[in-house]
Amino acid sequence: MHNLQLNEHGRLRHFLTIEGLSRELLLQILDTAESFAALPGRPVKKVPLLRGRIITNLFFENSTRTRTTFELAAKMLSADVINFNISTSATTKGETLLDTLRNIEAMHSDMFVVRHAQSGAAHFIARNASPRVSVINAGDGRHAHPTQAMLDMFTIRKHKGDFTPLRVAIVGDVLHSRVARSQILALNTLGVSEVRIVGPRTLLPTEARALGVHVFHDLAEGIRDVDVVIMLRLQNERMDGALLPNEHEYFRLYGLTDERLESAKPDAIVMHPGPMNRGIEMDSEVADGPRSVILQQVSYGIAVRMAVMSMAMQSQADLGGEA
Amino acid sequence: MSISIINGRLIDPAHGIDDQLDLHIDGEFVVAVGDAPAEFAAAEVIDARGCVVSPGLVDLAASLREPGYEHKATLASEAAAAARGGITTVLCTPDTNPVIDNSAVVELIHRMARKLGQTRILTTGALTRGLMGEQLSEMAALKQAGCVAVSNARAPLASTLVERRALEYAATFGLTVFLRPEDRHLRAAGCAHEGAIATRLGLPAIPSAAESVAVARDLALAEHTQAKVHFRALSTLSAARMIHEAQAAGLAVTADVAAHQLHLTEMDVDDFNAECHVSPPLRTLTDRDALRRAVADGTIAAICSDHQPHEPDAKQRPFPETEPGISCLETLLGLTLRLVEEKVLDLPTALARVTSGPADILGLPYGRLRVGSPADVCIFDPQRHWTLDVSKMRSEGHNTPFDGWDFPGRITHTLFNGRVVYRAADD
Repeated sequence: MHNLQLNEHGRLRHFLTIEGLSRELLLQILDTAESFAALPGRPVKKVPLLRGRIITNLFFENSTRTRTTFELAAKMLSADVINFNISTSATTKGETLLDTLRNIEAMHSDMFVVRHAQSGAAHFIARNASPRVSVINAGDGRHAHPTQAMLDMFTIRKHKGDFTPLRVAIVGDVLHSRVARSQILALNTLGVSEVRIVGPRTLLPTEARALGVHVFHDLAEGIRDVDVVIMLRLQNERMDGALLPNEHEYFRLYGLTDERLESAKPDAIVMHPGPMNRGIEMDSEVADGPRSVILQQVSYGIAVRMAVMSMAMQSQADLGGEA
Repeated sequence: MSISIINGRLIDPAHGIDDQLDLHIDGEFVVAVGDAPAEFAAAEVIDARGCVVSPGLVDLAASLREPGYEHKATLASEAAAAARGGITTVLCTPDTNPVIDNSAVVELIHRMARKLGQTRILTTGALTRGLMGEQLSEMAALKQAGCVAVSNARAPLASTLVERRALEYAATFGLTVFLRPEDRHLRAAGCAHEGAIATRLGLPAIPSAAESVAVARDLALAEHTQAKVHFRALSTLSAARMIHEAQAAGLAVTADVAAHQLHLTEMDVDDFNAECHVSPPLRTLTDRDALRRAVADGTIAAICSDHQPHEPDAKQRPFPETEPGISCLETLLGLTLRLVEEKVLDLPTALARVTSGPADILGLPYGRLRVGSPADVCIFDPQRHWTLDVSKMRSEGHNTPFDGWDFPGRITHTLFNGRVVYRAADD
């Protein structure tokens, strides 16, 4: 099948999902990110790679944090950034997504960073945008959040080096999580030895095997001897849909505590894509403890987003215009 | 006008006829099968050598959009599409605006259809007022105005009690009730089958149980009320099996399937292909094969178009926000004949499922070719393949996943009420 994300030279044109990308390409993203990771420590924090380029953040769903890291990444690449926060209510007033897209295209953007509440929205925009625009998916519905997954991979590599011997457990609401879907794809593409998902059946997809994971319902069992524990955020609204009785029982069964973490490997790291609910997904002891790498994830996020943006923009040079 | 169709292979599944027989038409009716009546002089002779002469197709469910949704399609455009698709009797669904819940709308549609004269448009009345699922519609008046069945289209009923009352009330007047079995709570905001593809794509999913739970409930109520229940648009193996068992136990329920469900699966939704966003959703290969078997053994007696024409904007959105449905009057025969090529059905059985099968579900006198039958005929060349070109569709709705597909059985003529309403040579 034609891969929308790659140009005819196999280079990254859009970054919509991890699915369909090769191990080599994922490693290239990580290596490129590595070269940017040192920048924040330097007195001059910018590189001129995307000077003169316009990057538009198209956020149909609110997210200050993700938008800010994308904005920072773009600015460190010397691009100009426009932010559009388009609440869903504005689009329901009559303007279709396609009309919104055409309007913003008329402002000569080179890249759209898109977040949308519907699965497939980033694909839709990539299919309908002008060929001179690259689309980066900053999260679409329950489908994908590939830059988050890559920053998690970056964090794992920083701490563990080689992916192949690793066992990784993803704990919590996998069913509704675009982060988990992208993480699972990335981990499997990078060749880890095992990916596990852990949670009550109401929060795990019924066809989990289609994702290439092992399913656990008991936290201690699920994280036994793993190298990496990834805790997912539990959205408040999950309590309303008969998915869980209450937060108290969730924490009692699936909340990560120092005691529970003992079944993982002694050097296991603990991750969370944020924003974290202390006392629901994990104890403060764990979140602030020596094995937590949660804050590193955030700072690595900038380097990874710089890598993806610069790679996607470089592939536009293949189109023939100015490099 | 008198017409003789000569040299063709006449297949009339209702009467078990499959033979080299001529067909003679005078006015609106078939006057002879085989030899022409004495002194019969046809004004037109159609040489159907190498072709199959079949009854015109009967389609139990098509959304024709008028009145109210003329930006999607009109009766004129869809009647022309039906004629091109060999469909001479089509039941329009009640989800127009205003809804077909009063005799004025029924009469409006019938009057427009008569004026068009392209195909026989029959009406399905609303089961509940405004399709709101709460108050019963005026079914006696709807029947009197000409509705041949009642249904709640794709709208859910408020409760099991409303369903029971609606079935009882319809049974009072001998009206068949079309039910689309889907538990609204299990469906929730789903837009794709709960399986491997929806899991990977993160699409809100509809489990198979949404259909089987509803079929179990509807079968229990059909048995309790002894109403004539017809299940529309099945999508799952378990629904087909439950209905098969109920039929075997003597319950007079019937069922149909949308033609696309016999060819597409959840795999076709991959890559967020909104043309494959349908309701009920495309399911697994196992379900598709079970539906094919149910069509072959007669559990499912009718293949429908489940035609849903849309304006382009309806599909130009992120997948979950697109409107479900396929514009498919023009591919009903093609998709059915592909089942013959794939050795799922023999040709007479395949034709039965789109002619006498659907007609018999409602006791309609169409979909057959005996002396005295309305002269509705579809002539096609089974050897001649054709390719669907979406830009040349007659339907206003160009939403189809079948663009570029190759189909057997090019239609050469469609006759409705004794008149040629489609001729490939003019197309």
